[in-house]
Amino acid sequence: MDNRKLFVSSHAPYWHNGSSIAIKSYNIMLAALPAVLMGIYQYGAPALAVVTFSISCAMIWELIMNFVMKRPISIGDGNAAVIGLMLAMLLPATTPWWVVLIGTFLAIVVGKQIFGGIGCNPLNPALVAIAMIFLSWQGLMDFNEALLNYELGFPMIYPLATLKYFGVEAVSEFTIGGLLMGCQTGGIGTTFGLGLIIGGIYLILRGLIRWEIALSFLAGVFITALLFNVANPAVYAGPGFHLLTGYTLIGAFFLATEDSSSPVNFIPMLLYGALAGLLTVLIRNIGATVDGVVLAILMLNCANPLLDKIRPKALGKEMENA
Amino acid sequence: MIKKPFFGFGKPKLDYADLGGLEQGEVKDIPFSARAVLFVEAPHPTVADVSFKVGDGVKTGQNLKVSPFSKATFTSTVTGSITDIAKKKDYLGKALLSVSIDVSEADEWDDAFSDGVQAAEPEKTGRYLKGLPGLSNIDALINPKTPLKTIVVNGMDKDLLVTTQQMVVKSQGDDLKEGIEYLKKITGNPNVILVVPPYLSTEAAKSGAEVRTISTSYPNSLPGMIMKDVLKQIVPAGADPLSLGVGFISAEGVAALKFAITEKRPPVTKVVTVIEKDEKTQMVRVRIGTPIHAVLNALDIPLEEGDRLVIGGPMTGKSIYTEDMPVLPDTDAIMVQGKDQLEHGADDPCVNCGECIRACPVRIPVNMLVRHLENSNYELAATEYDLLSCIECGLCSYVCEAKIPVFHYIMLGKYELSLMEKAEESANG
Repeated sequence: MDNRKLFVSSHAPYWHNGSSIAIKSYNIMLAALPAVLMGIYQYGAPALAVVTFSISCAMIWELIMNFVMKRPISIGDGNAAVIGLMLAMLLPATTPWWVVLIGTFLAIVVGKQIFGGIGCNPLNPALVAIAMIFLSWQGLMDFNEALLNYELGFPMIYPLATLKYFGVEAVSEFTIGGLLMGCQTGGIGTTFGLGLIIGGIYLILRGLIRWEIALSFLAGVFITALLFNVANPAVYAGPGFHLLTGYTLIGAFFLATEDSSSPVNFIPMLLYGALAGLLTVLIRNIGATVDGVVLAILMLNCANPLLDKIRPKALGKEMENA
Repeated sequence: MIKKPFFGFGKPKLDYADLGGLEQGEVKDIPFSARAVLFVEAPHPTVADVSFKVGDGVKTGQNLKVSPFSKATFTSTVTGSITDIAKKKDYLGKALLSVSIDVSEADEWDDAFSDGVQAAEPEKTGRYLKGLPGLSNIDALINPKTPLKTIVVNGMDKDLLVTTQQMVVKSQGDDLKEGIEYLKKITGNPNVILVVPPYLSTEAAKSGAEVRTISTSYPNSLPGMIMKDVLKQIVPAGADPLSLGVGFISAEGVAALKFAITEKRPPVTKVVTVIEKDEKTQMVRVRIGTPIHAVLNALDIPLEEGDRLVIGGPMTGKSIYTEDMPVLPDTDAIMVQGKDQLEHGADDPCVNCGECIRACPVRIPVNMLVRHLENSNYELAATEYDLLSCIECGLCSYVCEAKIPVFHYIMLGKYELSLMEKAEESANG
């Protein structure tokens, strides 16, 4: 052999913009932090326990599935931790440990890994889990019941449930400012509106979530709620209330924007977001369940492959049908 | 390497380099190397067939027939004796002969060249011009299948950081005029458009051709984009601009034509942009056929095992494993990357983040395409997912969050499709 120097060869391009799945995951967790910290501040140690246990369980389920499926270890990409965190944010602070354990199993194993892991899940894994928990143990997911023993200086009633069963009059004490500052009961990471908005704007500006989905979802909620409100202000609450209560904000910025289960083309993204927003308010106002975000996004997740067929013609393909 | 900015949610913004204050005098001449290597297109070659052999002498500008059974020829760019002939394959599997020549100090010019380029039959001219800087595709312009209506002279460089063509426009604006006249003569008088970045429009005006400026954001200078933005014509997926009667030639090629007819000698040097590890660039003038290590040695650019050596620029260049590769007639740039700068791929699947959809200048559904390419569904990729619309800019791989070698998959897909087509053709007789 001659002693020629050999060089590393690969295909172009030789530059990369430096993005990675791990960077995205850790930034999503960073963006969720204000809302999560507020939840922990309000509900104390039980909330902290749910968050940490959920993230750890999600990562362990991922690791177990890596071994079972003989796939490379993938917890380093942070996706399992994000799913664990999202699930914890949706749960009430008093959730028992075994529900978290089962919930993370449902999210990671049923929601993601059996479809082939990251990028292959047709539905948002955290929402799959929360929907199954809700259907199985409704009492645990009833925020009024779950947070019965807390007294935090604001009305300890779940706004959406009150609205549904007692009408607009009963929720008049919730102000926009109060809702923004987290003066409402709900999931650990879903009540601090301002924190979620700051996190969402951060993710949008950094290009880590698709702004089209987040904004069209909020627009869908706003417009639909406004129409209901105009039609009958005594029964249906205004758009501001719907935007800041329940899972709306976390849904817009963290759940509907989950990569694998949402569309990537411009018009489909707008349709997906707007329809999910519309469906959310429909379920809240005339449906059977208290909050519509979970089922609305899951429903649109199913429609995603079909929606994403609406796409522009590639250059040079226009000719064929001309 | 240009990274994604901290805040940024649109498509990537990459701009072509400009010459800055660089002047013609700052193009450094690389001394002769003792050995030159020429790559010769050789359809179905068998080394035994070749009509020249080891030990034969060649003169600068001498045109040699590759084999008695084929029309292929090549023009030597050095004087010396042939020391080795070997078979090679290019990037897309096309058969080549690599001819090594021991170079003698003094050039002996072959006389047949000046008659050749003045010849009345364009076919004869073409065989002499091929192999000169920027003219590796001149045959296609001289003998087009569809009559040529327009020739686009590209005064923009194909890739980022590269300034070779811009230097030619800036310093040889007058030469372009005569070159374009000659080009019109040998190609049947088509309309000629000179495309340059805005800052070179004054220099370009000297050429007398119709000058069009395009913005300097990548990938505007690729033929498909010039067709769309400048000529307002859409190339059908999978077709070549030539099928619409539009030919492309680099500014350097036109300048080389001018030199060939006024000096009656072949231009044998090539302007090359050398991109160092720290992405500083310098311009050099190199004899075609000079091995790359001679260029790097002359510039004192160290290169170690495990580094990366690229012929071309950062987005579309071809990386090579040895520095014995020569500078070829279409080598516009040589790029060196240190081993610590290499971006390594990962084996994550597509996560559907949609960055490639934003980045793709021709609206290909890259997220779907790459899934089919990964599973070798090449025909479906072409019919349903626009594989053949790709203009090969590399932006999809550049932005891929999962670091999937998307561009590699696309080129593989195109190559496999071409093999299928060939197999079908031969099966149908």
